[in-house]
Amino acid sequence: MNAPAYNFAYLDEQTKRMIRRAILKAIAIPGYQVPFASREMPMPYGWGTGGVQVTAAILGPQDVLKVIDQGSDDTTNAISIRKFFAKTAGVATTTATAEATVIQTRHRIPERALNENQVLVYQVPIPEPLRFLEPRETETRRMHALAEYGLMHVKLYEDIARFGHIATAYAYPVRVNARYVMDPSPTPKFDNPKMDNCPALQLFGAGREKRIYAIPPYTQVVSLDFEDHPFEPYRFNAPCALCGAENSYLDEIVTDDKGGRMFVCSDTDYCEGRQAAGHYGSLSAAPYREKAGSHG
Amino acid sequence: MVDQDLADLDTLGSDQPLLVAQSLSKSFGRIAACRDVSFALYPGEVLAIVGESGSGKSTLLQMLSGQLAPSAGHVSYRMRDGVTRDLTTLGEAERRFLFRTDWGFVHQDPAQGLRMAVSAGANVGERLMAVGWNHYGRIRETASDWLTRVEIDVARIDDAPRTYSGGMRQRLQIARNLVTEPRLVFMDEPTGGLDVSVQARLLDLVRSLVAELHLAVIIVTHDLAVARLLSHRVMVMKGGRVIETGLTDQVLDDPREPYTQLLVSSILPP
Repeated sequence: MNAPAYNFAYLDEQTKRMIRRAILKAIAIPGYQVPFASREMPMPYGWGTGGVQVTAAILGPQDVLKVIDQGSDDTTNAISIRKFFAKTAGVATTTATAEATVIQTRHRIPERALNENQVLVYQVPIPEPLRFLEPRETETRRMHALAEYGLMHVKLYEDIARFGHIATAYAYPVRVNARYVMDPSPTPKFDNPKMDNCPALQLFGAGREKRIYAIPPYTQVVSLDFEDHPFEPYRFNAPCALCGAENSYLDEIVTDDKGGRMFVCSDTDYCEGRQAAGHYGSLSAAPYREKAGSHG
Repeated sequence: MVDQDLADLDTLGSDQPLLVAQSLSKSFGRIAACRDVSFALYPGEVLAIVGESGSGKSTLLQMLSGQLAPSAGHVSYRMRDGVTRDLTTLGEAERRFLFRTDWGFVHQDPAQGLRMAVSAGANVGERLMAVGWNHYGRIRETASDWLTRVEIDVARIDDAPRTYSGGMRQRLQIARNLVTEPRLVFMDEPTGGLDVSVQARLLDLVRSLVAELHLAVIIVTHDLAVARLLSHRVMVMKGGRVIETGLTDQVLDDPREPYTQLLVSSILPP
């Protein structure tokens, strides 16, 4: 009854403590899904309730927060979560990957390499990689406990049998620290190699499913595959139309109803950074050039 | 790896029993489902457990296959390394490993033993992938080889078993179980629910595979014709007890117990 009306970063201290315990356990057992008492958040499930709780639990007053949604800093989800923490925690926010200490993400890993002072928080819809093959939770837990992961290859086998290649393009299963098989949340498989041996701490929060898991810094993360069908990251074969990048993950944007389309970097910060540094793509708009010119 | 183990097996000979049950009992509250069952099964031997519904056949099968803990008694199994071990002392990981490598279990309802939503090839390949096979081409080759052996058209390798007929599903289940070359297969009414001509074909197939692979089989059935066709030995159960046991021909042609006589005489003459 005497609880204060306001607490730093929305969640009360007891809840944060509970979440931090789950996070510590998750870090101690890389890739293992730790159950936690997920709270109701002031947003619908599927909008990142898990990620928001993890971020709230680890955020300090000195942190600089960046939120991305599909690589973009300026979509509804990213803006509302960024505003949420600006309001409830008063922390500084940024869109620049290099300046951020905590990055909450939905479905992407920034193109810019992360460093040891950064934490990447993923929003996870379905944490269980075996779910669509084995619906029983009791059974999947047992399979994780006994490291019985033959079933995961059944999924990849099915892909090859049907499509001739491993057609799983996102949420591509990985084995963490040579033990647990983990769903890296619906990031494109292009991002899988970035998880391996990453200097930043990676935390995964699933709010509806009430699970937290983690990849500690410098941990081995291997994408599952077959000897004769090795893992291959997928990328549209085109340069970014705005910044000309040849090695970033691209979004395909339909521009008219006559088959016109353009490919642009999904990581907006990376793309803007490159444009500011003077890189141009085939469809660079004039305002960007002027902006780049006025800064330079 | 599997082949290596099989080669070792041959040197061990078959003079030692593969599986030994010692005074197995199981009660559910006041109901004694299974009382004091003992027997030994040798490599390559087919044992049929017959009896009417509720006689304790399925309970016995579950205890033998380590899925149900007995109230009293032991089941011991001679592992591939030649060491005989009590099933209750096996850890869960070992038991499950045994279950998907050295054992097979053919369910009456194929939906229980198969993954109905994934292709036939993946169904057969799952056990291989579970023991670490990591080469798509080889897995697929082995799977198609096994589909041929159980007389399923290889062209249907990418179809899910839910598009298969009852008989095909049952054959697929057998292929899925035999792909790791187990030494012991449990079958629970494998021909239940199939029409007579399909049954005959399935039994024929099972019989040739058993002989070819030198399999030991424990088959639970209420169909004496199945027992006669497949098994070397028969155990007749009634009210949770084994009332008669012996060579199949002996028991079925010259039944000693009144209940066995009743069972045998209840078959319509051909």
